[in-house]
Amino acid sequence: VFGMSANSLAYSEQSGAEAAVELGQETTPTSSAGGAAFGLFSTDFKKNEDLKEMLESTKESLKLEAMKRVVGLIARGKNASELFPAVVKNVASKNIELKKLVYVYLVRYAEEQQDLALLSISTFQRALKDPNQLIRASALRVLSSIRVPIIVPIMMLAIKEAATDLSPYVRKTAAHAIQKLYSLDPDQKEHLVEVIEKLLKDKSTLVAGSVVMAFEEVCPERIDLIHKNYRKLCNLLMDVEEWGQVVIINMLTRYARTQFVSPWRQDGVFEENSEKAFYDSDEEKKEGAAQTKPYVMDPDHRLLLRNTKPLLQSRNTAVVMSVAQLYWHLAPKHEVSVVTKSLVRLLRSHREVQYVVLQNIATMSIQRKGMFEPFMKSFYVRSTDATHIKTLKLEILTNLANEANISTILREFQTYVKSQDKAFAAATIQAIGRCATNISEITDACLNGLVLLLSNRDETVVAESVVVIKKLLQTQPSQHSDIIKHMAKLFDNITVRRRFIERSPSILWLIGEYCEHVPRIAPDVLRKMAKTFTSEEDIVKLQTVNLAAKLYLTNSKQTKLLTQYILNLGKYDQNYDIRDRTRFIRQLIVPNEKSGALSKYARRILLAPKPAPVLQSAFKDRDRFQLGTLSHTLNSKATGYLELSDWPDVAPDQSVRNVEVVEAVRINTRSDCYYKSESEEKSESSEDSVKSSSQSEKSSDSGTDKKKKKTLKNKKLQQGKKAGKDGYRPQSPALARCFTRLHIHVVHCFCLSRLFPVQVSSPVFVPVRPHELLHRMTGKGLAAQYHFPRQPCIYGDHMVSVQLTFNNHGDHALEDIHISEKTSTGQSIHCFRPIERLEPEASVTVSVGVDFNDSTQAASFQLCSKTERFSVSIQPAVGELLLPVTMTEQDFSREQGKLVGMNESSATITMAPETVSSQPVSKKVVSVANVGVVPSGQDNVHRFAAKLVSSGTLVLVCVVQKDSSAQLTVNTERTVVGSMLLRELQTALSSAP
Amino acid sequence: MIHSLFLINNAGDIFLEKHWKSVISRSVCDYFFEAQDKAGEPDNVSPVIRTPHHYLINIYREKIFFVSVIQTEVPPLFVIEFLHRVAEMFQDYFGECSEVAIKDNVVIVYELLEEMLDNGFPLATESNILKELIKPPTILRSMVNTITGSSNVGETLPTGQLSTIPWRRAGVKYTNNEAYFDVVEEIDAILDKSGTTVFAEIQGVIDACVKLSGMPDLTLSFMNPRLLDDVSFHPCVRFKRWESERVLSFIPPDGNFRLMSYHVNAQNLVAIPVYVRQNINFFETGSSGRVDITVGPKQTMGKTVENVIVTIHMPKVVLSANLTATQGTYTYDPVTKILVWDIGKLNQQKLPNLKGSLSLQSGAPKPEENPSLNIDLKIQQLAISGLKVNRLDMYVEKYKPFKGVKYVTKAGKFQVLTVPSHV
Repeated sequence: VFGMSANSLAYSEQSGAEAAVELGQETTPTSSAGGAAFGLFSTDFKKNEDLKEMLESTKESLKLEAMKRVVGLIARGKNASELFPAVVKNVASKNIELKKLVYVYLVRYAEEQQDLALLSISTFQRALKDPNQLIRASALRVLSSIRVPIIVPIMMLAIKEAATDLSPYVRKTAAHAIQKLYSLDPDQKEHLVEVIEKLLKDKSTLVAGSVVMAFEEVCPERIDLIHKNYRKLCNLLMDVEEWGQVVIINMLTRYARTQFVSPWRQDGVFEENSEKAFYDSDEEKKEGAAQTKPYVMDPDHRLLLRNTKPLLQSRNTAVVMSVAQLYWHLAPKHEVSVVTKSLVRLLRSHREVQYVVLQNIATMSIQRKGMFEPFMKSFYVRSTDATHIKTLKLEILTNLANEANISTILREFQTYVKSQDKAFAAATIQAIGRCATNISEITDACLNGLVLLLSNRDETVVAESVVVIKKLLQTQPSQHSDIIKHMAKLFDNITVRRRFIERSPSILWLIGEYCEHVPRIAPDVLRKMAKTFTSEEDIVKLQTVNLAAKLYLTNSKQTKLLTQYILNLGKYDQNYDIRDRTRFIRQLIVPNEKSGALSKYARRILLAPKPAPVLQSAFKDRDRFQLGTLSHTLNSKATGYLELSDWPDVAPDQSVRNVEVVEAVRINTRSDCYYKSESEEKSESSEDSVKSSSQSEKSSDSGTDKKKKKTLKNKKLQQGKKAGKDGYRPQSPALARCFTRLHIHVVHCFCLSRLFPVQVSSPVFVPVRPHELLHRMTGKGLAAQYHFPRQPCIYGDHMVSVQLTFNNHGDHALEDIHISEKTSTGQSIHCFRPIERLEPEASVTVSVGVDFNDSTQAASFQLCSKTERFSVSIQPAVGELLLPVTMTEQDFSREQGKLVGMNESSATITMAPETVSSQPVSKKVVSVANVGVVPSGQDNVHRFAAKLVSSGTLVLVCVVQKDSSAQLTVNTERTVVGSMLLRELQTALSSAP
Repeated sequence: MIHSLFLINNAGDIFLEKHWKSVISRSVCDYFFEAQDKAGEPDNVSPVIRTPHHYLINIYREKIFFVSVIQTEVPPLFVIEFLHRVAEMFQDYFGECSEVAIKDNVVIVYELLEEMLDNGFPLATESNILKELIKPPTILRSMVNTITGSSNVGETLPTGQLSTIPWRRAGVKYTNNEAYFDVVEEIDAILDKSGTTVFAEIQGVIDACVKLSGMPDLTLSFMNPRLLDDVSFHPCVRFKRWESERVLSFIPPDGNFRLMSYHVNAQNLVAIPVYVRQNINFFETGSSGRVDITVGPKQTMGKTVENVIVTIHMPKVVLSANLTATQGTYTYDPVTKILVWDIGKLNQQKLPNLKGSLSLQSGAPKPEENPSLNIDLKIQQLAISGLKVNRLDMYVEKYKPFKGVKYVTKAGKFQVLTVPSHV
């Protein structure tokens, strides 16, 4: 309950007087008579009494006033639980603000007062049926937030019902309620997963983020639920609200790592770490031999990368970060750098954002310096940065250091060393040490620089320098006797020595360890130390004894007496550690009868070569955690962290992502209603969406006046309203062109129809076949090509979409490239926006729509630049006048049965031997004509279906294979098209691949 | 996701708490206070703190700590971004995000927080949607409400919540239709003692205030969009259109919003609008130092440089300053050791100068590092990158709106080093 725990008692001392007062209030037992919680203040006591009266009064305004004060109490963390009976009575109030405040109260205290809370349940059950979607949603929100186990069945029922609600807002609330119920009663999992499965199919962008969140919390292991929704989620992503985007992207990252093969195997070449590449090369050769097949990225994998990339421009830093981590974990290595600029941009955001982003950059920059090196200056430390930001920037600069930029970085470090923030200065010295070990060319320079720092006035700086020098020397001691000499010289001045040695006794260790490199200096240091031995610190004494022992072993002639003197002093020291050490050393190094065998090994014990310490980044291997996660920030696994799996060796079945029901025929009718969200498709025919939306606007206006209507009527009304707002459509044709951002669902349809039928038989897309529109010689520098991207045209139902690519081969820029007027041949054409300027060597791609009227007659028109005019023409192949249609085998046979006689043209062809297996057949047919594959039960029969773009007439193709010959049939009402298509297919199929 | 939120002021009082799941005792904040003690400065508190059972993710804004309690794995930026949105929403609703404003409007704050998160997951964060659900307080409205008994809470679901343009509320009506755009650029720079640029770049934002009736569809184009190197947009901007044509095409939210932020191409040389001649010396003997600073205009494109302020963080040993300013006023705070010289407008004819002596703590060694200068400035009617808006067009709606574009240049993190950069 709310009283503070014993644990907090201990803390209250730190948190000061304020907490003590709180404690006094809150530990008062709440069970005592009314208002006891405020017993310390008699005024509060009275106030509380009058709150109860106000809540029970008949005046709405008084009740509201009272509830506002109660909420104020809750906000301040005061206990208001004894008002529960008085508050709960108002749950059915008509005043919506009062009702909402009661909800706030209920959610806060229901867990403590379960019996009383049950009184309110019937009100919510009633509200769940309310015609107003906001009321339904908030009733569900509160009902599911009341953590009372008894009502679990009621909650379950309410969630199931809300999941099928007509309002996407209510369905969103249902998705949230799933998680609440799950945390209240995990036994309900099985039923909840069913609801999640249903909601995952929801096409509303509003629901997508919330249901994926529920999926992540309740059943993240049920990856199979995602398959069928994968493409839809990818395509909706752009339109989902920002928070949902983050959740979906993170989930899809995990999904992709289980479903696609690694794109990294191929680009070992791009590996920056040359050393690694060197070692890997052998392995790779072996692999290469085994795997003759080159890596082809799964189109679904590409789809995800392509659709997330624009989100790098989001204003929401969490979205940008999640796309960055997606690219880091999923993209081919050479593509990862597209995220760099956006991450650097985030560094201009709030301090907290910088902190998280810098951590992630630190991890990335260890593996891939090149990504961030061009932006090195963005990581320069500013005096106004917070300490943790400074340290992270230092870390990144150290990671980025290489031969080329090290001088710049060291110069920058030199200013940091002088910083007034001494902890930061010390961290900088560590960083210099790391640079020096990583880049051998500068080790000497760094060492010299560090030695200079030894004369620094600040002790932290000096101490840190000695430690780093020690580490550096250990890696290559032989060449650096000068430095040890220099350090030894510091001993001349007694005050300096004192200060110095106290802070860093490791210098004595250093001289002892490398005494052979400084044979003259070391005994002298020992002499100086012997002089002041008795007055030194304990730690210094221990190190002096060590030094003496080492010198005795290497240079006993000069130091025998000194060592004995020191050992004698040590023997009678006050500190037992020193006495013990002295005895031990004496036994070890001074040979006598008792010591026996051990002293033979003294040299090997004391002067054993010690491994050099490794200086490495704290961020090394941090990418074992998914970037951008809490676990990555903390560098330890947080509760509920979901592991990112390794790439599978062999990709699981790709066809699981295919979606069965595709209404390809609807594609074109949909394409002109840009703003409509998927959910409206069923209720709306789009041909007259402007008209219908204006109508529904009217009806919704009239509807708002009369609130109380029958449920059924109201539901209809809401639908109409929805269509009214969402069906809003730009009226200017110029604008219609540019709503590209909202095209997602069109693209979605496109993807389904294109990916699905083509992919069933062959996973590769048909390669782009460009045709010449204008040669650069005739075009005076301007060259143009066109190809058919085979997408449903977004400019009109009857148009074929054509992409034009302009190249400027001339030596001056071309201005104002556009299509003049209409075609000379009568086809209607939807022009592109004039290209203002095309620089030399630049190229630009635009798309146009042409209504070829289902004929192969070329569309001729004039292509103009500011100064020139060229007559050009687009010649469509008959196969490009089609759009694929999906149908079942039965439908195909039925339709084929209707199109016999005149409408059927057929031929027998001799197939090239390579074409005999099934895959090449469909590949070839698809390469000639834009048709959809009809799933076939027999291996030797291939069926394809399509329709003509302009008229919508059905075109059916059937290939029946018999050994090396095949029977080819084309059925369509348009006999001309039929025979032309037959001819083209004939040539394609009989030629060798 | 987000379990609870505590708002804590600088004195360490928890003045508001809100829980979205079951209640977590406020004693969890003790871990935060511990971290705060260790950090010293509020800015040094780590944004992510681990406690035995929870994780605390916090931001510090307008002298308030927003401390959220997390129980399971969640992207930290998700929470940080959300907390900043909460702070911005307070700013938007109450005109300021301060302890007083939050305490005065505690009911509205609570209603807002209730709508913004459901079970710890963001539900509605668009200002336009929230304002339909919960109306911002005005004096007139609260008076009317007390008399008529009507409330601040909307009764129907805001239409934006269901549409593909959630950022705009429906049924907007103005008698005067206006759209204003402020192009604000900031120069981040480090100059060395000799005035050479060590590092300089320009960041800019376009803030908009759009008050247009109906559902206007706007297109804003630039004379020189190539200048823009890296951009981020409000969700209303159609990204594809920007990619293909470099124009901003959008249906704007109603009211104030940030349309885009951008970074100017690094290859372009950055014009530095002022130069600083300075000499700060500390003497080995006599516990004193000398200051001599002159500021003058450099590349200003003929505009006046205004609001010039020089700030210096002096070393700890500086006790007091005895200076004379030929223009403006200076203050020295002996506690924070900050010297502020507020100059005002820069005059080409008579350059402002600040000169005089510093007295140091006697006996203390002279500071080894000279402090650097932070410069603040403002230039009206100039975008220092040269970015220019070409035209703004409105489609769909019929009326003629009033349109305006304003340019301002400011100093961002503009630092002048008093030591040569090549040591």
